[in-house]
Amino acid sequence: MRDALNIRGNHALLTKANPLVKFVSVFLISLVLALSIDWVSASTALLAELALFPLAGLTLRLLWQRAWPLIIAAAFGGWSTAIVAADSGAVLLDVGLWSISEGSLELGLGFMLRGLAIALPAILLMTCTDPTDLADALAQKAKLPHRFVLGSLAAMRLVGLMAEEWQTIGMARRARGVGSQGSPFQRLKATLGQSFGLLVQAVRRASRLAVTMEARGFGGGQRTWARESTYSMLDVWVVLGGLVIAAAAVLTAVGAGTWSFVWR
Amino acid sequence: MSATQSGMVRPAAISADGWGWRHAGRAQAAVQGLDLRIEPGERVLLLGPSGAGKSTLLHALAGVLGDEEDDSDETGSLLIDGVAPREHLGCAGLMQQDPETQVVLSRVGDDVAFGAENLAVPRDEIWSRVHEALDDVGLRTAAGGGLALDHPTAALSGGQKQRLALAGILAMQPGLILLDEPTANLDPAGVLEVRDAVGRCLDKTGATLVVVEHRVSVWKDLVDRIVVLQPGSAAPGTGGSGTGGVLLDGPPDQVLSEARTMLMSAGVWVPGYVPATRERRNEPHTAQLLLAAQDLAVSREKPRRKGFKTIPPVPVQTGISAQVRAGQALTITGPNGAGKSTFALTLAGLLAPVDGKVSAAVDLSKGAGIDPYKWKAEQLISRIGTVFQEPEHQFVTGNVMDELMFGPKHLGHGEDRVDELLERLRLTHLVDANPYTLSGGEKRRLSVATVLAAHPKVLVLDEPTFGQDANTWAELASFLSELLDAGTAVVSVTHDQEFSAVLGGTELRLGPVQQGEATHQEAGAA
Repeated sequence: MRDALNIRGNHALLTKANPLVKFVSVFLISLVLALSIDWVSASTALLAELALFPLAGLTLRLLWQRAWPLIIAAAFGGWSTAIVAADSGAVLLDVGLWSISEGSLELGLGFMLRGLAIALPAILLMTCTDPTDLADALAQKAKLPHRFVLGSLAAMRLVGLMAEEWQTIGMARRARGVGSQGSPFQRLKATLGQSFGLLVQAVRRASRLAVTMEARGFGGGQRTWARESTYSMLDVWVVLGGLVIAAAAVLTAVGAGTWSFVWR
Repeated sequence: MSATQSGMVRPAAISADGWGWRHAGRAQAAVQGLDLRIEPGERVLLLGPSGAGKSTLLHALAGVLGDEEDDSDETGSLLIDGVAPREHLGCAGLMQQDPETQVVLSRVGDDVAFGAENLAVPRDEIWSRVHEALDDVGLRTAAGGGLALDHPTAALSGGQKQRLALAGILAMQPGLILLDEPTANLDPAGVLEVRDAVGRCLDKTGATLVVVEHRVSVWKDLVDRIVVLQPGSAAPGTGGSGTGGVLLDGPPDQVLSEARTMLMSAGVWVPGYVPATRERRNEPHTAQLLLAAQDLAVSREKPRRKGFKTIPPVPVQTGISAQVRAGQALTITGPNGAGKSTFALTLAGLLAPVDGKVSAAVDLSKGAGIDPYKWKAEQLISRIGTVFQEPEHQFVTGNVMDELMFGPKHLGHGEDRVDELLERLRLTHLVDANPYTLSGGEKRRLSVATVLAAHPKVLVLDEPTFGQDANTWAELASFLSELLDAGTAVVSVTHDQEFSAVLGGTELRLGPVQQGEATHQEAGAA
């Protein structure tokens, strides 16, 4: 968990871009893709995103390690859409209730590609963005309240600790005779108990952390920032890149005649 | 550059006049009628039995005590340089016990800058303060870790985290530094690290210091005054004069000689005092073998899934062999990060070995199979009991009695032993209390009692004496020595040499692990 949030060792070009700008670009692409359910716009965006991998320091291996549940979910979503959607065009496979036709296959494929194309930018963003830099940008550039941004950032550090604590509490409870064996009901009870233990520890940690922050003057009105969140020429290219990908997705789909708004 | 900070810090004076504080929702005051003057630049060690309100006083001085909307209650006045602490942001810096919660941000430089940012210090000055503070606490020397500004704070040791917190405080340039048991959770090396860093910084800035800590020997030479508080309203039915406030006040040597007996009976670790404990009687020559570890490699991590592949974790320690015998103590020692706790937890059947094996002898397993990790939870607790470092992790019910009855109830026997344990570990008056509300020493005694209620043949303890006062320490050591004589095997992970001396038995010393060495050995063997 802690490692996953850490971008140390990643020196790719996009790590130097302003996080807020990257966020806007990602939002642009996702927004456009959310408008249509065709496979042309999705695969255009997907191809463009794959081309961005080296710039963000992401590899296919890393992607699979981090996002395999997402990839499998997208594949399942596409498959079930292909089976369940209303048939149109030639029927390719018919097993009683389930049938796959050209039309439903296209829809399923579109669904899967679109899911991936929307998820990928977010993964790209996470790969090349340090949470601390994102917080700097959100508070200084997007002018979100610093209490909220820094509070969330500090809390996020505790999330990693909680993952370790969960394991420790699990062992500590086994040492008390609370097992994770037995009927599903007993297991549920054990998990609930463990969750409660974690909650208690989380609240205690959080209140101690709050005291630490308060004792360091946090929560006052005025504050300065040790590091200025800045824009550079690179950020212009990042926004342009986002616009180009979004536009290319729309144009290719319209050109191929496959563009269809979700609400139609 | 060193002139900037020392020139900027104005040592603070503290004055308390009949000051008292009652926490919201409590009937009795934590502190009452406190009269105390601390001059600028004085270094004060605050002592007193638990319940004397030491932490409450520190929190009040740090300005983090209560809000207006709380129904807490303040009487008298408590001022820093004539101003109420809450209205004087940044005049005092506070360090608490738990290193994990003394770090706010995930990069070393940012964390030190945090306080200065909040005080709206101009950017350029923040960075010069950050550099200076990190130098002062010794985190930038090669020996101190040579940390870069973007070093991840998660990768620091406990002692380093506390020194980082000190740097964060120094960057605010407060006239008053408040330390609330800053070294209670640290190993001996970490304790000295932090103490020395504090000493250096005080010499340089001249700031006023108030430290609460019951290990007097650590701070004795650094402070020039000891103040002993007496419990505010811990004694029932009182409320008038004569309770609360300062009991003794003076130079360290004078206070320690005048109040030695009183402090000792209050459980304070007075220098040169090792509490009397019961002596071990019989150490049998041929004790039964109960549990053995053979060429063990240990890790807390589970095998990881990377896509379709399963990758075994990198062990923190390899090649450990040990034997646990009835009525004998095994003490596991070694530096931080040597995998002592991880080994103990693996031995106790709570973690799966990465390599090698843990095997239970027939006398211990009694038909449950050879591998403790595969035992069911009920099978485990009547065979191997484990007491964790943090007692709260093991509480599973809402009151002390249920807590003790939990094991016996699940096993269907052993309820009769509970009363004896209550009596023996002085918990009888607490049977209805919520475990989370107990004091540190009471929590420790309860966690030992609950595990023993299941009558295990092997008892595993992880740093049982960390942060404990002398009274709890002595009780625990005596009790364990009794258990050993009665035939229980005791395995303890500890830095505490006096404690292992009481228990006797053998020592297993785990060496430091060089980065990458464990994998190196593995590759050689494969």
